[in-house]
Amino acid sequence: MAIETHQDQAEAAGSGPPLGGHGALRPWYLRPGVHLGVVGAAVGYILGHLLGNFLSSAYQQNALSDSNDIPIVLGYTFATLGWLAGLGVFNDLGRQILGRPLLAEIRRGGSEAGLSKYFRYTLDHKVVGIQYLYGMIAYFLTGGLFAMAIRSELLSPSYHLLGPSQYLMVVGEHGTMMMMMMSSVILGPFGQYFGPLLIGSKRVAFPRIEALGFWLTPAAYVILLSGVLFGGFPTGWTGYEPLATQATAGEDSYFFAFGLMGLSMILAGFNMIVTVINYRAPGMRWSRLPMFVWSMFTVSFLQVLAVPVLVGACYMGLMDRTFQTAFFTNQLGGSSFLYEDLFWFFGHPEVYILALPGFGVISEVVAVFCRKPLFGYKVAAAGMLGVGILSFFVWQHHLFDSGINPDMRPLFMLTTELISIPTGFIYLVGMGTFWKARIRFSIPMLFALAFYFNFLIGGISGVFLSDVPADTTEHGSFFVMAHFHYTIMGGLIFAFMAGIYYWLPKMTGIKLNEKLGKLHFWTMFIFFNTTFLPLFALGMMGMPRRVFEYARNLETLNDWVSISAFCLGGSILIFVINFVMSMLFWREPEVGNPWRARSLEWQLSSPPPPENFKRVPVILSSSYDYGVKDALPVADLNPPPGVIGAAYAGAPGVPAGLEA
Amino acid sequence: MTTGPQNESPHEPQHGRRLFLIWLILALAADLVIWFIWYPHMPPGDMSDSARHQQFDIAVLAVSAAPVIIFVLLYFTYSIVVWRVRPGDEDDGEPIYGNTKVQVSWIAGTTVIVLFLFVFGTVELVGPAGAGAGEGPAPIWKLAGTQSAVWAPGGKTMLDVQVIGQQWAWTYRYPQFGGMESSELMLPVDSPVTFHVTSLDVIHSFWAYQLGVKADANPQVDNVAYTTAKSLGGFTVRCNELCGIWHGAMFNYGHVVSQAAFQTWASGVQSKEKADGILAALPAYALTYDPTVIPQLGANLPKVDGITGAAGYYYPPSDPVTP
Amino acid sequence: MRVYVRLRSEVVKPVSVTARAASLLVAFLVVAGLVTFVAIYYVGGASALPTVHYAASAGQVNVVLQEDPQNNSASKPDWVSYYVQDPATQKWVHTTLFSVPANTKVNVTLYGYDGCTPLRNNFYSQVQGTIGNTVTLSQFDQHGKEYLTDKTTSVINAWSDCNVGHTFAIPSLGVYVPVASPNAQLSANNLCSSSPCTTSGNPYAKETFSFMSPAHGGVFRWQCLVPCGGGFLDGNSGPMQTLGYMMGEMDVVSS
Repeated sequence: MAIETHQDQAEAAGSGPPLGGHGALRPWYLRPGVHLGVVGAAVGYILGHLLGNFLSSAYQQNALSDSNDIPIVLGYTFATLGWLAGLGVFNDLGRQILGRPLLAEIRRGGSEAGLSKYFRYTLDHKVVGIQYLYGMIAYFLTGGLFAMAIRSELLSPSYHLLGPSQYLMVVGEHGTMMMMMMSSVILGPFGQYFGPLLIGSKRVAFPRIEALGFWLTPAAYVILLSGVLFGGFPTGWTGYEPLATQATAGEDSYFFAFGLMGLSMILAGFNMIVTVINYRAPGMRWSRLPMFVWSMFTVSFLQVLAVPVLVGACYMGLMDRTFQTAFFTNQLGGSSFLYEDLFWFFGHPEVYILALPGFGVISEVVAVFCRKPLFGYKVAAAGMLGVGILSFFVWQHHLFDSGINPDMRPLFMLTTELISIPTGFIYLVGMGTFWKARIRFSIPMLFALAFYFNFLIGGISGVFLSDVPADTTEHGSFFVMAHFHYTIMGGLIFAFMAGIYYWLPKMTGIKLNEKLGKLHFWTMFIFFNTTFLPLFALGMMGMPRRVFEYARNLETLNDWVSISAFCLGGSILIFVINFVMSMLFWREPEVGNPWRARSLEWQLSSPPPPENFKRVPVILSSSYDYGVKDALPVADLNPPPGVIGAAYAGAPGVPAGLEA
Repeated sequence: MTTGPQNESPHEPQHGRRLFLIWLILALAADLVIWFIWYPHMPPGDMSDSARHQQFDIAVLAVSAAPVIIFVLLYFTYSIVVWRVRPGDEDDGEPIYGNTKVQVSWIAGTTVIVLFLFVFGTVELVGPAGAGAGEGPAPIWKLAGTQSAVWAPGGKTMLDVQVIGQQWAWTYRYPQFGGMESSELMLPVDSPVTFHVTSLDVIHSFWAYQLGVKADANPQVDNVAYTTAKSLGGFTVRCNELCGIWHGAMFNYGHVVSQAAFQTWASGVQSKEKADGILAALPAYALTYDPTVIPQLGANLPKVDGITGAAGYYYPPSDPVTP
Repeated sequence: MRVYVRLRSEVVKPVSVTARAASLLVAFLVVAGLVTFVAIYYVGGASALPTVHYAASAGQVNVVLQEDPQNNSASKPDWVSYYVQDPATQKWVHTTLFSVPANTKVNVTLYGYDGCTPLRNNFYSQVQGTIGNTVTLSQFDQHGKEYLTDKTTSVINAWSDCNVGHTFAIPSLGVYVPVASPNAQLSANNLCSSSPCTTSGNPYAKETFSFMSPAHGGVFRWQCLVPCGGGFLDGNSGPMQTLGYMMGEMDVVSS
């Protein structure tokens, strides 16, 4: 039996079952896409605002307060609906309601050659992955610019570059842009792109939901940035009440954008769970699932279970601000503690939504570049699941000093310290994989090593924070700032960089420039550490977060950090230059399997064909079987007819296309 | 450190033993440096007993963390030096899928460290009456001290200090001195102090850095924290929870003075405020305050030219949905 | 030389290098322009307010301020606001930023045109941080009659007699001064109604006090501690949180 391990020459995309909508295509400007989305958003905002003015005219506006939030919130709502309508998100739904046949993908623009499909609502998960990639890079750079503004202000403890409300606006925008949008920085580009590829599936379970999840993110981004027009929001990314109710109109943009992004996360997670459970190719047992897929799977549960709590909290916050309910207002019977608990019940799983996909990418990279199987596969998977489950039980550690019930504190100290055990499994697995390996220092591997270094510091400082007596000094100070920048930026973003250098050839057939890449790595690693390591000291010496005035004796250290931060910004600029120049001009082709990786996505062309696999593959061995003599290839890409049908014979409800 | 399952050929260096030895030396050196050189200078200092306990706690954490950090960093450094691929070598590494002994020892080791830190942390939390952290309105671990309506120097009478945070300044009330209010925080040395931290508007947080006290100030909630100041000097009070635009500028300085000097100062402020009539005009001392209620005036808040009362109503008074 | 764009394996579409370079340049300029615009107009927007500079003469500076029940801005005309008098032109500037030299005796004259308000915390009826911990106070009704002349006091009664309109506080220097209002019974409903207010035809209170500016330079924020931002929760938003209205910065310039 010949085992086909390499994709044949690309064939024409399969067209699936016959679809309707035959006839000439409408001109491009009349077909749904980003351009119509923008028009829809503008029209929607105006409609919503007018409706809001009409509805809330009965509310007596106090002459002194000047802001009626109802038109703003309704404006945002209708703008989002208009945006989605212009993109064509509701078209298939409308067709089904009216009993008409659905559109073929060609009319949707999904399988057109050229760039236009990236500006449309398509069913191809790979297109969604590339859309996420560009989107996430744009959001990251915007957040980074705000960070540069913060560090400029912090150069002096008493002379101020920015006004006080501008400073808080910048702090809030930076934090929210990063924490809100970066939660999908690996799940979006790599999770959506490679999830189905890694499990041997031709598609995701719910392509329309997946694409909707992406298209909500530009809406959330624009709405968040529109807060700048209102003077920003003074609460930082945590949005604590009652300050959030007291704030002027910019706070609406915060709550609304966060709610939208929350919806996007819920949808993406839901889709991923169903895809991983139901769309695995035959032979892809749970014990052969690549570690990246395990991390995505775990994170999807976190998204589906924790994020709805955030959406609820944002909704209640908006209700307090618009219809003057009193969920979070103490003197009217509400409780500010309620907001803190709701927010952090989401907030803690959120940081694991950020961190776990990084673990997954690093596990993939490390196995390939050590050319060894992943040490302790089951331990790694248990670590992911353990972290995911425990993450729901630790949120009160953000509230140790806030006046919570005091006997809760030892309990949450215990759970938070326990969570460091499954987190440590990643190190066990990594270190075991390095034992007697043949280590190649490609750029993804360099980023993986930096990840281990950074996350170690971040993780150990987390143990310091989980200890309640030590937390008395550290809570709310720059120590916490250093901790989460080390875990999130040092962990997640470095893992993202590893992923992009590793997987960009597969996604686009182009590789990033090697020299610039090495320069990017070294500058980013060095300046990242010089920027954030002193922050531990600053926090321990008494500097709280989100302040623009601090003790005079801390000025030298702050100046060092600010200069390093500017250099770090420079290193990210090097990355952007590398990315732009490589994609636009140099275009060094890389179409084979340059890393000689065993995993399934590397057995396909670069980029993979539209339907991923000509035939559903049969998985024969684990993708981590490096060094094994006469190892079976990871999959048979051209299984003989009848193999799959026989495997599913007798199973009820087998879709027709799956046999032979 | 255990070695791999394969039999190593005689000339293959004993990686495990090497790593263990280097680690032992480095970890011991680091721990000694931390304990003897760094610990006396560890933040937040030793100005109060809660600060001292935190210092000890952080030092123990550092001593426990240093070997772990050194172990991981040493291992990675060693492995990228020793096991990097030689030029021209295209082979794969040995297919080691796992090692039960290593895995079990790792899990057991990390669990032991974590449980030790948990027990130690709890002890350090309970012993010093909450370690300076805010314990909410019903604290469990209280500081020993005689509760009395009047504070006098000499004994172990508990001094009650109410910390009121408002946007964007701190004030302090001393109920044992007639409920007088001050914008300076003075404390007597060697006397147990109970802080009752509350807020008049949004969430603030009272952080007396050198005293090692941090308690969030929530509106309508009394957050209790304890400490005993042990040495004279000044300390910084900063707001530690984002409370609006001047959050960064919301700081204050406090002083720890001798018990006699404190008694003189506090009684002095009390008599001055009594003479000025301020003492009688202050809101009655309570553990929390509702900013929409001004006791002397009740419902008769004067409004001149439409300017509303000092509390700034949540909605305008004529709004039908006002409860 | 033509380079081919290969994004899908089937169809290749050539896009020339010049076209790509041009679109990259345009995109870069658009993004850079947008970022600069946001940075200048929204992030750095505080610099739109003028700073009034006071120079020392004989080791002292005279700062003149007033607070009004409304203001003459276009966007928020009904917000209460402070004004600062420019020493060179004697005109009232709608700002709350002013600068004084370091280590100088600052003599402040404050005109209070706004009506009285009961204080949430009568602690702020006390004068703190000024030289002598007192202010000297005069009150005038709308006919110009001075019914309280030059009373030096350390407390302005806001509880049994409504006499305080706002406060002027520089917390990091320990300066807390209640700002008197015209007497409630005498001047109710006759308050100044167009800003900047003048002494003729309007009831007002005039207060003078002094404090020493610190030896080291820096920016010291000052604020009112009477939450009057009605309609906002707890009254501390709106004018209370906006530079140019009820809070500002005192720039201490070291020579």
